[in-house]
This record gives sequence, structure tokens and C-alpha cells, in this order.
Amino acid sequence: MKSRTRVLAATLSATFLLTACNAGSSTDDPTDAGGVTDGGSGTAAPGGEDMVRIGLVAEPASLDFTTTDGAAIPQALLYNVYETLVKVDQSGEVVPALASEWTVSEDGLTYTFTLEEGVTFSNGETFTAEDVVSSFQAVQNDWTVSLKSQFDIIEKVEAPSDTEVVVTLAHPSNTFLYSLTTRVGAIFDSNSVEELATRPIGTGPYTFGEWNRGASISLQRNSDYWGEEPYFDQVVLAYFDDATALNNAMLTDGVDVVGTVQAPEALSEFESGDYEIIEGTTNGEVVLSFNNSTAPFNDLRVRQAARHAINHQALLDTCWDGRGELIGSMVPPTDPWFEDRTGDYPYDVEAAKDLLAEAGAEGVEVRLRIPTLPYAQSCGPVVESMLEEAGFAVTIDDLEFPAAWVEDVFTNADYEMSIVAHVEPRDLGNVFGNPDYYIRYGTPELRALLEEADAGTEEQQIAKMKEAAALVSQDAASDFLFLLPNLIVADPGITGLPQNAITESFDLSQLARE
Amino acid sequence: MLLRLARRFLVLLVSLAVASVLVFAFMQVLPGDPARVALGMNSSDEAVAQLREQFGLDRPLLVQYADWLGGVVTLDLGVEWVSKAPIAPQLVDRLAVTGWLVITAMVLALVIALPVGTWMAVRHRHADGVLLSAISQVGVAVPAFLAGIILITYFAKRWQWFPSGGWVPPAEDPVQFLLRLALPAISLALVQASMLARYVRSAVLEVLREDYLRTARAKGLRPMQALTRHGLRNAAVPIVTVLGLQLATLLIGAVVVERVFVIPGLGSFLLDSVAARELITVQTIVMVLVAAVLIINFLVDTVYLLIDPRLRVGHR
Repeated sequence: MKSRTRVLAATLSATFLLTACNAGSSTDDPTDAGGVTDGGSGTAAPGGEDMVRIGLVAEPASLDFTTTDGAAIPQALLYNVYETLVKVDQSGEVVPALASEWTVSEDGLTYTFTLEEGVTFSNGETFTAEDVVSSFQAVQNDWTVSLKSQFDIIEKVEAPSDTEVVVTLAHPSNTFLYSLTTRVGAIFDSNSVEELATRPIGTGPYTFGEWNRGASISLQRNSDYWGEEPYFDQVVLAYFDDATALNNAMLTDGVDVVGTVQAPEALSEFESGDYEIIEGTTNGEVVLSFNNSTAPFNDLRVRQAARHAINHQALLDTCWDGRGELIGSMVPPTDPWFEDRTGDYPYDVEAAKDLLAEAGAEGVEVRLRIPTLPYAQSCGPVVESMLEEAGFAVTIDDLEFPAAWVEDVFTNADYEMSIVAHVEPRDLGNVFGNPDYYIRYGTPELRALLEEADAGTEEQQIAKMKEAAALVSQDAASDFLFLLPNLIVADPGITGLPQNAITESFDLSQLARE
Repeated sequence: MLLRLARRFLVLLVSLAVASVLVFAFMQVLPGDPARVALGMNSSDEAVAQLREQFGLDRPLLVQYADWLGGVVTLDLGVEWVSKAPIAPQLVDRLAVTGWLVITAMVLALVIALPVGTWMAVRHRHADGVLLSAISQVGVAVPAFLAGIILITYFAKRWQWFPSGGWVPPAEDPVQFLLRLALPAISLALVQASMLARYVRSAVLEVLREDYLRTARAKGLRPMQALTRHGLRNAAVPIVTVLGLQLATLLIGAVVVERVFVIPGLGSFLLDSVAARELITVQTIVMVLVAAVLIINFLVDTVYLLIDPRLRVGHR
């Protein structure tokens, strides 16, 4: 046996050379990969502290949303670690947060906020009006992400006293107050913005714990919180690249909550009665986008044909398990100007064929260039077959998301059709109002409506936004497949989960155990 | 023999250099702009250009290449563009995780394949040998990630004996570490063991037919004695070749298996970095994998020379 042993030993020692020298690296580095994905031993951490583990997909690339885009960072940090002057509650209303009250001047140009007192940042610094001034100015000056443009409207921010902030706008805008509820409204400590990417410091109900890259982010209860202290000592946000792996973790007690179920078919696994399924709404309009600037979709009749060709209820039943809502335009039901526009283009294959014939576009070849995202992958083939029935010749082209899709479809508009969920709140104006946006719509008529809506009174805003939504639908600027549902699976007894995903935050402040 | 080794070492160095050029070139044709991925969809072209400058992407390709290669050689890779986290320590930590997985799988595969393969060869005319052979054939056909999914379905979801995924460093909790290592290591090892066992079987069969083994028997050695004393060393040469290849396959297989079991190893690091277009990180991980394969091959060559004196002589 001697020779065999030697062969073995030689091969194995070779392998160890490659890897073993690295095995002893430190584990308390925040960038350490060897983190715990789940506690694995029930929900109570040693020492009797109560903790809850929430499984999410898509880990943030960084913790700094001033320089990095993406939904994952505000999802974890906004309202939880960072707070805003005002926030959006579960019914879509703007409610007080760090500002206890606010007034708007007659001309709609001056906003005066009264701030909460006795608020401190997690590093011990006191929260004052100066922090608001510096945070808002930083958005204008230091932020690099495109969202900063929402603050272009701010003329000046002043702090007449420690508890008062006055914001002056260049022109009246109804969207300004709403924008304060999003990440651009987050308040940072003016003295510690150097480590945003690794050590976030805010005034929220939780303080930032640690980030195990590739695995999880932990948040600790802020025992000095100015409002109602959260129930859990620790909340762990565990990240899973793979939706199936996340569901498996839920089934094997690896997590206590699935924050967002990625594919509704998976819900059948949780219907045993051992789990609570929470269904709510989102801001995610799944848009079948048309490139309005090039043939064939620069022809209204072709766009109308495509809208008539889609049987929306059948599509929703087939590719998204019937969960979600049909909307007909770019407005979710939680927005004040929602109107059911599904009747504008009822399912009618004959009408679609006629319109195509009228446009001389029977058998027209179009590329359906879809991102590698669950809803697009699942609904793309259904859309393809429905359109083919009406006389389109569709080729599906899968593009890696985000990088490849963003470059080809979004930046270069090299596409005829695509499918993507626009998840930003109140995004009708962003998506359809800008002629350079990848949908290439933004007609003067729509832009005028949007401007009137933004500058008018609240009633005018609602009326004009309804008109804008009607225009986008009737002009068939795109088709609106459905509104993504918000699906949460939780262990029974966990309460206070945000049923509706209508903000940028996964709001953990109300979380408790019965 | 030393000359031979030196020559092979030279070939290794040249291969590594060529590989680094290829890896770097491939990253350049990858669609998607890292700066735009970081800044988000609506970012202005100026902001993107500014960030590209910050990332150093506006420099000539040759400079970027030299800069990266210098970083790899000096093990100072800088920080990730988006997260600002240093790359090298992460790489080391992730490599350690994957190392545990691959080595455990390799050892498991060997422990299973050597006895089973020899048994299959010695008993190749008997029912048990044929049955084992058939089972191993099936094992070869099952990809590691499928084995992983099947193992999760039964051992984690149905019977709840093991966690369905995740990772705990051995220093933190050895029991949890082993529980979490078990299923992924087994799913990697099963395929490799099946493959290896088939190679062991044919290598041993080959040797059993050799004249020198009959001579050994004629000297009065019992079958097993003849095999262990004269046969195994000869059978080892092809097996070591396969082992080298398998180690490379295991490293690549780990990329997918880590995904299935949510293990923060090199594979998930690679996939995350590709998605975020952290090109330096992607380049380096791919380079590490390529280097590992090349170095394993070099070591295999070296091991040949140790096992088989016939190869040490100059002629081919």
C-alpha cells in the first residue's frame, strides 16, 4: 500500500498548498465572507435576546446610496437606520417622521418644517436643523446618482433655529414633499459622512450592526431611539442570490420571513398552514415597453394593435399565478390619481389584426428584448405567443440584468419591445414624460399635463395626473401588463410586516412577535 | 529530470501570462458599463464619464492591464469600485470557504472511489462488480447541482437532518460548520467519486492483464499481494492524471454548487461581481481559477515523474 499512500499524500498536499494557507484569516473584518447566513438554532440568540431573520434577494453592492444606485440599499437602511423628515405610511399617505409638522406658504414655494427634539444619531451626536441643511445640500453637491436631480428644484435651505428648517423652491412642486420620503430625503449626521459605504449612521429605530459580505446585514435595536423602540433586539437581513434557496431556507427554519417571494408558484410550498402568507400591492408596474421612436412602434396603429393583442387576465393567470392587479396605465391603486384604465384596449385579436393591416405591418418583425428577471422571463413567452396570434413576428432576446439590458435597451434604446417593472413610486412622469427615456415618448401634450399637475393645487394635481394617465394609455405609449403583487411569507406570530411595498424601504419599525 | 521540471515550469509561466491576457481581453468585450451599473439607470453621461475616470477605465487598455497584473503579482488589488471594500482580503476569505468545500469533496471522492473502483475491477465478472459499475455510470451522468437539489429536497426539506444552506466558519461553531459542509461536499463528491471509480476500475483491469502480474502470481504471490506490490504503482499514473483534471472540475463545479447552497465562497463572489461589473474582481477570480488549473496540471506532471521512473529518462 506504500506507493498508493504516497500518491495520495502528494496530490492532497498540492491542494492544501493552494488553499490551506488562507484558511486562518480573521473573521471580525466587516468584509469577511465567512458569515452566518442563518442562526440555525431557533430564533433566540444566545443570551435570550430575541432576533428575527428576514430573507431577501439581491444583496446591496454598497451601503452608500449617495453614490450607488439600486433598490437594495434603501430597502435595508431607509426608515430603519436613516430617517427622513416625512415618510409614507402603508396606505400611501405622507406622514410626519423627523419633522413633527410642516407648513407650505400660499405661493407653494416655501416649506417650513418643525423638527422633533431630543433626537440623537447613533454616534451620540444631537440631531439639529443644521444636519437637515447639510444633508439636503449634499444631495445637490456631493451625490453622484441620478436621483439627485429631484433636488434641483431647491433654491435654498436654511436653519433659522435648531428645530426649524425652511426650504425655498424655485417653482411650486407637488412632488417635492413626496421626494422627501425617498432616499434623497435621508438625514445624515453632518459630521460623519466619510464612512457611508461601510458604517451608516442615522437616527432610526435600528443601528447598523455588521455586514457579512455575500450573506447578511444585521441591524440592532437603537436603545436611545426618540420614538417607540422596536421589539426585536436584532434583525438579520439574510441575502439569497437564488429564490429557490431562499424558499428552502424558509422551509427548513433558516429564516423567519421571506421578504419578497420572487415567483408566486413557490407559494404552494407554504400553503400547509404552518406559514402566514401576506399579499399586498407594490409600485411595480410591469410595462411592455414600446420604442416609440422607431418602426414599427412609431406608428400609433401598431402600438394599438399590440395592446389589443394582449389578453391581460390570461397572461396574469399564466405567468404570475393570477396574483397582482390589472392597471391599464402607469398608476398603482395606492396613488391618489388611480383610475382603472383596463377598458381602453380590451382583448380583441381581430381588432389587432385590422389595425396591423391598416398600418401595412402584417407579419412585422419585432425583437422582444427582455431582462433576465423572473417576471420578464416568465411572461415574455406568453406575450410572444399572444402577439404572434395577432400577426406580429416576435423574436425573444434575453439580456443579462442589469448590465447588458441597461446598456442595450435602456441606454441605447436598441430594441422594439421589452418587459420591465418600473418600481419607483409615482414614476409616470419619469418614464413617459422624458423624450430621451428609453421608451422615447414624452410628447409636448403629456409634458404640459405633468407640469400643470406638479405646479397646481392638490385637487388640480389629481385631476391632471388622471388626464396624463389616460393620455399615456390611449396613445398606447406602452402596454401595462399588470402590477406586481407584494408577497411575504412569515412564521405565524410575526407582526408588523409592511404588507404593501410602496416605499423604497422595507420598514422594520413595527416588527414584533406575538 | 531537473531540466524536465524546469522546462515544464517555464511552460506554466508562459501559460499563465497568456491566460492573463485572454482573461483581461474577455472582460473588455463584456457588455455593460460598470460606471452606469453603479450610478443607476437615469444617470447622466457626464456623471458616468466622471465615474469611469475615477475607476480608471478611461486609461489606455495596456496601462489598465499592467496595473491589474501588478496588483495580482504584489497581492495588492485595491478596493472594489462600488463597495470600496478591499478586494484581496475578501478573495482570501472566499477562497478559504471554497477550499474547505473542494478539499472535503476530493477526499470524500477518493475515499469512496479507490476501494470501490478496485473492487469493481477485481470482481468485474461477478454480479456485485457489474452492479457497482452500473451505479457509477448513473453517478457520472448526474451533475453536481442536480445532486445538490435532490439532497436538499430529501435531507433538508423532507427529513430536516441538515440545514438547506448557509455557512458557518469552523472556528465559530465546528458542529454547525460540519452540518453545513456535509450536503454541498457530498453533492460535489458523488459525481467525482463515480467518475474516479470508473477510471480506477479500468486502470486496475489494465494492470491485472499485464504479464508482470502473471509472473508475480507465478512467483507465488496471492492475487491481492501481487496487485498491491506490483500493480498499484502502475495503475496510479492514469489515476493521478484524472485526479488533476477532477480537482479542476471540482473548483468549477463549486461555483454552481455554492449558488445552490448559498455558500459565500469564490463562486458566489464571482457571480455577484459579474452582476455588479466589478471587473478587477472578476478578472482576478477567473485568473485564480485558471492559475489553479494550470498549477494542478504542473503538479500532476511532477507527480508522474515521482511515480514512474520510466518517465524520468529523456526519451518520449
